[in-house]
This record gives sequence, C-alpha cells and structure tokens, in this order.
Amino acid sequence: MILVSTATWAAAPVDTYSFRDAQEESRYRALIDEFRCPKCLNTNLSGSDAPIAMDLRRKVYRLLTDDHLSDDEIRTYLQERYGDFVLYDPPFKPATWALWLAPVGFVFISGFVLLRVLRQSPAEPLSESETERLRVILDDN
Amino acid sequence: MKRTGLFIPLGVFLLIIVIGYAGFSLTDPHQLPSALLGKAFPEFTVPLLGDSDTHVDRSALLGKPVLVNVWATWCPTCKAEHDELMRIKALSELRIVGVNYKDDERLALKWLADYGDPYDFTMQDLDGSLGVELGVYGAPESFLLNAEGTVIYKRVGEINRRIWEQEIAPRFAVLVASEPVQPGG
Repeated sequence: MILVSTATWAAAPVDTYSFRDAQEESRYRALIDEFRCPKCLNTNLSGSDAPIAMDLRRKVYRLLTDDHLSDDEIRTYLQERYGDFVLYDPPFKPATWALWLAPVGFVFISGFVLLRVLRQSPAEPLSESETERLRVILDDN
Repeated sequence: MKRTGLFIPLGVFLLIIVIGYAGFSLTDPHQLPSALLGKAFPEFTVPLLGDSDTHVDRSALLGKPVLVNVWATWCPTCKAEHDELMRIKALSELRIVGVNYKDDERLALKWLADYGDPYDFTMQDLDGSLGVELGVYGAPESFLLNAEGTVIYKRVGEINRRIWEQEIAPRFAVLVASEPVQPGG
C-alpha cells in the first residue's frame, strides 16, 4: 500500500497550492483527476507535466478558491473552452453513434450466437446397425 | 448455410479493418475541434507587447474581420509560419493581431525586429491566461473573427500557403462581401 501511494506521488507533478480546508483540496484533486489534458490525449490534468496541463490546474485552482465555482460550473467552464474532449465524456452525436451503440450491438450478436448454439438439435441416437459397427471398431482396437 | 457461416469471421475482420482505418485516418486526434467556433470571442484585458502600460480588450478586435494569431519564440512552427503571415500582410487587407503566448518579452520584440512584424498590434499573454480563455493548447493557433467578434474559423498549427488559399482567404472574402460599409472605415 505504501509502495503504491509513493509511486503515484512520484509520478504526479507537484504544485504548491494551499487550500482553505481538506474538502476544498479533495474537490480540487478530484477535478484535476477527472479532466483530460488537451495536449497529451491519454493523460489527465493531474498526471501531466505539459505546460498547458499546469495552466489548467492553476485555472481550476483559481476557479475553485477565488471564484467559488461549483464542480459543475468548473466542468462547464472547461468544456466551453476546450470542448467535450476534456471531459473524457463523448456526447451522443452522429460521429459517436458507433462508439455508444457498439456495446449494445455486441450484446445482440452474442445473444444471437448463444441462442443458435443452444438450439442446435442434439445428434440423433445411433441406429442398431451403427451401434453394432461402432462396437466392432472399438473391439478391433 | 454451413459454407456461408465460414465467412463470418472474415466479414468481422474486414469490418474491424474498415472502422479502424476510418477512425485513425478521418480525424487527427491532435486537432481538437474548437469549442469557440460560432461563438463570441471571449472578453479579456491584456497589456500590449512592448508597452505593458497600455491595455487592450475585446473591443480592439471588433469593426473589421481579424485574424488572431497565437505565437511564441519558443515555437519552431511559428517561425515557419511567420513568413506566410508576412506574405498575407503584404497581399491582403486582412488585419492580423498577435497573441504572444507564454514568451519572453525581450525575445519576442527581437523576433519581430528581425523577421518583420505582420501584426497590427501584439497582445502579451505571459502566464497563458488568455490562452486558457481561448482554448489554446499549443502554438501556433489562429482564429478568424468577423467584424462582430464571432469566431468563424480556427486553425491549430501552422498557417501555410495552402491553408491561406483554401481555408482562410475564401472565408475572409465572404466576410468582406457580407459586411456593411463601415462609416469612417
């Protein structure tokens, strides 16, 4: 456990911000964990060393502590400037239909395949002559 | 029926190839769509580069179409872009306004002295605050605004001859054609 938390600390860039109370700090941490860094695609704001991530962390800090915005207002603020991208939350629109509907499609396909496999009629029992032939073959070996 | 069933995996495979190809080639994930497109350029007040006592705000951008270009001396692409901006300045009526983004003032002024100054004026954004308002995440980035200050086009990355001729010049021509004559210009 200690090892794990030290590792996260070492990887995360350190900003020296002070907060009024622990609750404000945990809101800040949650927000910068939630937003995606616009420059680095697969990293969130808290995990990125990119200058833009630094600027956005500072902005989130100011919106939180100076402007007293709510979490939702901060989300809206960033979305209005950097688009849906920062929210890691693709909206449901034509370009993302495939993305949202694919899981449903996969459920249907797998259900269809499962049904077909289950409904396959079991093999017919062997006729008497076939049973006899089988016995002969087995006995030979 | 049994035979056609054999082709299902092949079909699925081809489908994945097609979707993958489309997904990776249609859009460059580094080109984020601007959230500002079609919206008003945000309010701001910033000092001018080389004249920190003078501040400009959003109203300085209104009245005529303008290309707002975010640049910095630490940005190699901006150097490549600079010549094209000088060319545009010489051949077009389009106003160009600079945003010197997270830069060193001395280096920035030297840059403009050495390579020429295509900007009507350059705004100074030392800590990137204006950049955040604009949704800037790198340099160069450029915004084309109409006379009312609405963002009608955004370019992330270099403006080169092709971008100018195919994307900016036609839009500027439409803006000029649709603008009422400004009294006093």
